[in-house]
Amino acid sequence: MIGPSGVASVPFPPGEYDVVVVGSGPGALQAAYYLSRLGIDHAVISADPAPGGMFRQFPFFQRLLSWTKPHAGPPHDSREYERYDFNSLVAFEVENRAIMPALMDGSSEFPSRAEMEAGLVEFVRRTGLRIRFDTHWEGTTRQGDRFVLHTPAGEYRTRVPIFSVGAAQPLLPDDIPGIEHASHYVDTRDAASYAGTRLFIMGKANSAFELASGLLQWASPIILASPRPAQLSVNLHSLGGVRARYVQPWEDAALGGGVFILDAAVERLERHAGGIAVHTRRTDTLDPFVAEVDEVIAATGFTAPLLDLPALGVTTFGRSGFPSMTNSYESASVPGIFFAGTITQGVAGLKKYGIPANSGAVHGYRYNGRIAVDEIAARYFGIVRARREVAPEDVIERLLTSASTAPELWHQKSYLAYALSRDPDGAIREDGIVSLAAYVDSDGPDGVAITVETDDQGHIRPAVYVRRRGRVDADALLDESPLTEYRTPQHRAQLGALVADVLG
Amino acid sequence: MSDAAVLDALAGLALFSDLERPQLQAVAHTLAEEAIPAGQRVLRQGFSGSGFFIILEGEVAVHVDGHEVATLGKGDFFGEISLLLGEPPVADVLATTEVRALHLAGPDLKAFLLAYPAVMFRMLQAVSRRLDRANRRS
Repeated sequence: MIGPSGVASVPFPPGEYDVVVVGSGPGALQAAYYLSRLGIDHAVISADPAPGGMFRQFPFFQRLLSWTKPHAGPPHDSREYERYDFNSLVAFEVENRAIMPALMDGSSEFPSRAEMEAGLVEFVRRTGLRIRFDTHWEGTTRQGDRFVLHTPAGEYRTRVPIFSVGAAQPLLPDDIPGIEHASHYVDTRDAASYAGTRLFIMGKANSAFELASGLLQWASPIILASPRPAQLSVNLHSLGGVRARYVQPWEDAALGGGVFILDAAVERLERHAGGIAVHTRRTDTLDPFVAEVDEVIAATGFTAPLLDLPALGVTTFGRSGFPSMTNSYESASVPGIFFAGTITQGVAGLKKYGIPANSGAVHGYRYNGRIAVDEIAARYFGIVRARREVAPEDVIERLLTSASTAPELWHQKSYLAYALSRDPDGAIREDGIVSLAAYVDSDGPDGVAITVETDDQGHIRPAVYVRRRGRVDADALLDESPLTEYRTPQHRAQLGALVADVLG
Repeated sequence: MSDAAVLDALAGLALFSDLERPQLQAVAHTLAEEAIPAGQRVLRQGFSGSGFFIILEGEVAVHVDGHEVATLGKGDFFGEISLLLGEPPVADVLATTEVRALHLAGPDLKAFLLAYPAVMFRMLQAVSRRLDRANRRS
């Protein structure tokens, strides 16, 4: 089929490619973008009919959790602005940056699901990405150093597949008798159809609270239950807690308005003429408790659809079945297989004070993708990012500017870092944005990596990792700053003392 | 790993052998499973913000100032000493194979042990055994 511009409208026929990206959600688009800008031959195949991934369906109640602030200070086409725009994919060309704020109608800083989907379509259009849609990856085999991806259209052969297939496959508990009487989160209907329904939601994570928020005026009572107490994002300093957007049911429960939040393990479900009996045991008192309800929704999580990759040797872990990965998002057990998008949350990093990275969300994994593609580019194609020389007198300012403004550091705190190294010729050069775990665990040249971290008091502070003679012996946190501006005489003096012997 | 398999794995660890099933479920939802590739540090000597780890699969080596002093495997735990003392770890713990481990955030350890005194007792027993071995060696 030939489109109006004379370009084949169905790109990427089956065959051999240097890299094959599977998926067309934001993680896949961002990886494909980086590959395209490095000039690496690749194909992008997706089972979906259009870009967007999970945003073509979720969240149900139509607005995202993460904000895009149109009137934040920095210009929209600057990298600094990315700190305030969680939802646009990132680009080197200024005209392709900050697509989301221009598309949003201004009624909320949280884009609607439709706005997010439109933003991803627009990114594809502007950046000229090509995707072969309606092409379902069905299985994988190995032939020598090639992976063969099987699709109904034919075989795609490559040394380097990148799987960005999301984590939206419903996960139901497998140890609860009667679980078939529950529906999964993904099968939630229109809110109005729950009018007057007595509802039991299994789970107390964001998906459970999203449903409770959306159904607050329809279902009653609403009972949320899971074995451990719910936790708020503002207390955890992490997206892992219940997000502020979904706290309304919590307030309702606290004020006795018809929402109930229990710490209880569901033991079995029994359907009877009057509804469903949910048999639980409370985990705080160990007392039994039975809830009589009309419907049960299991907001019990998702898995990554890795198909037959485990049979190929890809090891996985945890309930969600994420692959075990290196700090470059390569399978830890099958070299050559890479991952992108929300799956990259499987790489824990330093996780200081238990605070995870934001790799499960667009604003985190859009930067992880570059780490993976840079690794692929260097190892397979000899394409190495140019390292700019930094004059010794500029070192401190460069590091503190990164701590104050670099979006990678602010979205991936204590996970991605900005690094400088001293080369054998004596020059100091930029390593750019690196994985902090990889930096502190590798024995490279003398240098320094800086990131920002949340400390034990909840303050966000610059954290400095100095590598001397191949080892990082300790971290050093600079003072906090009320408005997170670290380009001050006090911070210059602190940092100067820390790095004087290696980069002075 | 299925929910049933997670609970079985927890129930099989000495640390949790006294807990009832709903408590095990709460523990399973409290601890995060992590995968650490071979060659990466799990605990880093001198770094702030460390956590508590229990090994589900694989092996780690404990290094003090670059010298290996112990190896740990399935069911063993580490990280508690620095958390209980409120100081950075005095050892590196390095994954020598691919490791699957359960992780508890450092700031949550005290509340966790107070919530499950039976786990605290089991931990005390294990730490006492380590101390006893060290005393016999010295």
